[in-house]
Amino acid sequence: MNNLLWLIPALPLLGFLVLSLAGKSLPKSIIALIGAGSVSLSAMISILIGLNFLNHPPTEGFISQTLWTWIEIGNFKPEITFLLDPLSLVFVFVITFIGGLIHIYSAGFMKGDKDYSRFFASMNLFVFSMLVLVLADNLLLLYLGWEGVGLCSYLLIGFWYENPQNGYAARKAFIMTRVGDTAMAIALFMIFSQFGSLLIPEILAQAPQVFQKGDSTITVIALLLLAGGLGKSAQLPLQNWLPDAMAGPSPVSALIHAATMVTAGVYLIARMHVIFELSPIAQITVAIIGAATLLIAGFSACTQYDIKRVLAYSTISQIGYMFLALGLGAWTAAIFHFMVHAFFKALLFLAAGAIIEALHHEHNMFKMGGLKNKMPVIFWTFLIGSASLAALPLISAGFYSKDPILWYAWSAEKGHMILWAIALLGAFVTAAYTCRMVIVTFWGTSKTEMGQMPGSLMTTPLLVLAFFSVVAGFIELPHNFAHFTLFSDFLRPVLPEITMGNETQPEWIFQLMASLATFGGIYISWQLYSKKPLLIPKLKQSSLVATLYQFWFSGWGFDVLYNTIFVKPITYISNINKNDVVDRLYAGISFITVKLYRSLSYTQSGSLRWYAMGLLLGAIIILTIQIVT
Amino acid sequence: MILVWLIGILMGGGIAALLLGQWNRILPRWISLYTVLAGFLGIISFWIDHYPITQFSNKWLVQYRSDWIPNFGITFHLAVDGLSLLLLALTFFIGLLAIVCSWTDVKERVGFYHFNLLWILAGICGVFMALDLFLFYFFWEVMLIPMYFLIGIWGSENRVYAAYKFFIFTQASGLLMLLSILGLYFIHASSTGIYTFNYLELLGTAIPEETQYWLMLGFLIAFVVKLPIVPFHSWLPDAHAEAPTAGSLILAGLLLKTGAYGILRFVLPLFPAASEQFAPIAMLLGVIGIVYGALMAFSQTDLKRLVAYTSVSHMGFVMLGIFAFNELALQGVVMQLITHAISTGALFIMAGMLKERLHTRDIDQMGGLWKQMPYMGAVGMLFAMASLGLPGLGNFIAEFLVLLGAFKANVWLTIIAALGLIFSAIYSLRIVQKVFLGSYQKDQPVQDLAWRETLILASLIISIVWLGLYPQPVINTAKPMVIYIEKIFAAESTAQSQQDSSILVPLETSKQNKKGTYVSK
Repeated sequence: MNNLLWLIPALPLLGFLVLSLAGKSLPKSIIALIGAGSVSLSAMISILIGLNFLNHPPTEGFISQTLWTWIEIGNFKPEITFLLDPLSLVFVFVITFIGGLIHIYSAGFMKGDKDYSRFFASMNLFVFSMLVLVLADNLLLLYLGWEGVGLCSYLLIGFWYENPQNGYAARKAFIMTRVGDTAMAIALFMIFSQFGSLLIPEILAQAPQVFQKGDSTITVIALLLLAGGLGKSAQLPLQNWLPDAMAGPSPVSALIHAATMVTAGVYLIARMHVIFELSPIAQITVAIIGAATLLIAGFSACTQYDIKRVLAYSTISQIGYMFLALGLGAWTAAIFHFMVHAFFKALLFLAAGAIIEALHHEHNMFKMGGLKNKMPVIFWTFLIGSASLAALPLISAGFYSKDPILWYAWSAEKGHMILWAIALLGAFVTAAYTCRMVIVTFWGTSKTEMGQMPGSLMTTPLLVLAFFSVVAGFIELPHNFAHFTLFSDFLRPVLPEITMGNETQPEWIFQLMASLATFGGIYISWQLYSKKPLLIPKLKQSSLVATLYQFWFSGWGFDVLYNTIFVKPITYISNINKNDVVDRLYAGISFITVKLYRSLSYTQSGSLRWYAMGLLLGAIIILTIQIVT
Repeated sequence: MILVWLIGILMGGGIAALLLGQWNRILPRWISLYTVLAGFLGIISFWIDHYPITQFSNKWLVQYRSDWIPNFGITFHLAVDGLSLLLLALTFFIGLLAIVCSWTDVKERVGFYHFNLLWILAGICGVFMALDLFLFYFFWEVMLIPMYFLIGIWGSENRVYAAYKFFIFTQASGLLMLLSILGLYFIHASSTGIYTFNYLELLGTAIPEETQYWLMLGFLIAFVVKLPIVPFHSWLPDAHAEAPTAGSLILAGLLLKTGAYGILRFVLPLFPAASEQFAPIAMLLGVIGIVYGALMAFSQTDLKRLVAYTSVSHMGFVMLGIFAFNELALQGVVMQLITHAISTGALFIMAGMLKERLHTRDIDQMGGLWKQMPYMGAVGMLFAMASLGLPGLGNFIAEFLVLLGAFKANVWLTIIAALGLIFSAIYSLRIVQKVFLGSYQKDQPVQDLAWRETLILASLIISIVWLGLYPQPVINTAKPMVIYIEKIFAAESTAQSQQDSSILVPLETSKQNKKGTYVSK
């Protein structure tokens, strides 16, 4: 059973190869079968292997399978080896299971597209890359998956390539994440020069012996790894590619936001947690970045019109929660929130995609409205997803995953009142924009005519995801409910338990506060967008509010900032030097040579008088020299 | 003897193509195809035969030696080790592609064209095998002159300018090398009384420090002009842009590599102390090349010039890696020589195909071609990804190893060099965007890949993926040479530190003869 491990990534790769080589000549039904089938099959295999893992836990705590030695130079010997431990099992499950559902949905969603096979080929490659990332036993192989994910996001964000705008968004995503990747590559160089190996288990085992806590080298390594994670996970200051990434088809957004790509940073930090634990500075940086990002993105989400952009900002914000948890050392809480988020975010994106498709590609949610009765399945599933996003107490999975993070933000050893306050404010904002989105999309009057309704190929994955968006929360209950910690127990062999602070307040107070924040947010939105719709235009008349609104709407001006300090100078320098200033030097040499020979050739004029003159002059000069010296 | 044959059949084939080209215009291309194919199969079977021992052998795999001009100590000495073997295999591979890709392109003076093509390849093979400095210089010139004709006769609009520029740059720098060769020749003679140009005998010549530095520079300049390294690169964009497709392919794929080969084979072993002294500057030049080339590439609108500047950037990695003097970086350098030939070669071939179809090299006039030719678009995407160093493709292994090795030698320069990874993403994606994405502007339909083109590109794709996923055969083959160089410099730096720590030691003992273990007579 366990030696089927390699098939999990291999099947999507095979799907990619078949589709990209022969996709043009295959009928659409076969393409869909290969594309969705390969991922579904690897989902089944991973579930089987996972069950086997649960029933007969391997004695070493992991399963590994070596395919071949990639490179061998002296002691540098990265292999193509897959390693499955509880942490990667969670990721593999989410990637293949949710990825499979997204693929099935896509089979219906994309059926009118002429590049059907290219779409599925890229999606399969995406799943493959992400699986390699989480299954890699060494950092070089992880880096392969890491960059592969970047490539696939580029291919899929720019999928509709005829619009140059999409190409721009795609390049932005690739290049911004590459900035992070480069930092990570440097981290790899440092790790190799310190540990002499890129093998993850070896690094984790050696790190505490090689380094003291707080050593500056390990801090630099941790910060560089963090920079890599910030790029892929769209966290401050590398977050602003993600909202533009909406240019791709909706299933792509679902895949990027839920199952792949943006969670890579969370995985990396959780995987390398030993290094972060050795560096308190790096760890608190993770927490602060997470907190800042969740708030910034939350405010931006409140101002968007495009339903997918709201969801994009909400992803940035939710990943911020995961980073906050990672920074607090609440490793399992972060991974739990990752899993729950994957379910409800995939659901929300797919449902939003269905709405957009039915409304003739209308993205603006203020032009939707009244969909409650027209699209009941979409409405109910979307509502369940939104409840989870807003962390509606007790009934939604989001509550069970977000509540511990809020509690730890205050009471963990690394926690702080401010972090908690930010997280709480974030919860309030989240509930507000989620409720706003639901109200303007589904209530009110209908503003756009309905097109074709989504078929069962699209609605079935929604129902499955909605089911998990509720149920997934119950596998890990808060300490003061039933003490039921299935999820964190499962991860315990890989991820250590959080250290709590000295004085801990009772958890129920925090749960109550969080619930109040959620309900407060919902109430405000309900008031503003349903009860008193005239209030917002009135507020916007004051210049302060309008400016702030615009500032949030544009994502806190990061695009403008980066354009001014990076893009423009580099383009400028590059353009003024298009003809290569170095070449001027050689042109100069040849110019002088030509001039010299021209002027010398004047002396050979063929005129006797000039020659006589020359003779005379020469004689005079020589004589003068003779006399003077 | 196989070594003489390799050069012999190329030269003979060239002459045959020239003569028969007078009567028949079809025959020359078949002659050169079979000639190069024969050489390719020969070198590949040689590699397969010797592969089990390449990894462990610490001497030449095969040698051929006979007197040429004994009065001056000039021998006809050819030899092949792992590094040469790899580059020879590359030469015949790229040569084969060059012939296939100019199959129908060339319509004028077909015989002379193929003569030049084969003689360039012969010169390159000679350079990769010669162990006599005089012979080396001879082959260095042999590859230069036919290339001059190739650019000057079959190039595009501005060909004569480009051909002159190419010729003058290489010739002027080559003369410096000749001076250094003579200098070495006389110094060796004055200390031992033996007049010889033979590399193996010249190795370990005791040269005064100051002189050694100048001699080293003479060689180095010839090689870095070929490589090329900023600020000696400016012949490259012109030569590349104007040369016919096969010419660009050979320039990028092979001629640039002779520069790197020269540094590895001659500069480092002959002048270890001077090389070590020069290393920081060399690494800095490499890093400048990486960044400068990438920045220049970003603003170009001529597709072939653009790719030429990406070569400048990629060759910066070679320079950085060579002067890091450690096994990882040097293995990266060898990989880079091969993978760059493949990926940049592919980009030049595609530029040629586009020019054939659209009659322009200006990327502002392209766009949206994916819709017209999805297969070519996909291949273009793949090689753009190779060029930006995507893992899974050969170039990643090369650049990663170079950086990993260079990091040990110089942290800060390596960090700046790593920024090249970002820049390469910027320019590579720009190529894809400008050429293939966006909307199609013209009405006339464009043909996707024909079978001959598919064959060429497929062979390149297979190679680059193979090198990205299983580079070990190349690494094993290059290993003895790489370890040999690493050992020279390990010895050099320990000698250096001993010298530093014990100033009181008499001068004679610290000036040890640094003869490598690699030498075998």
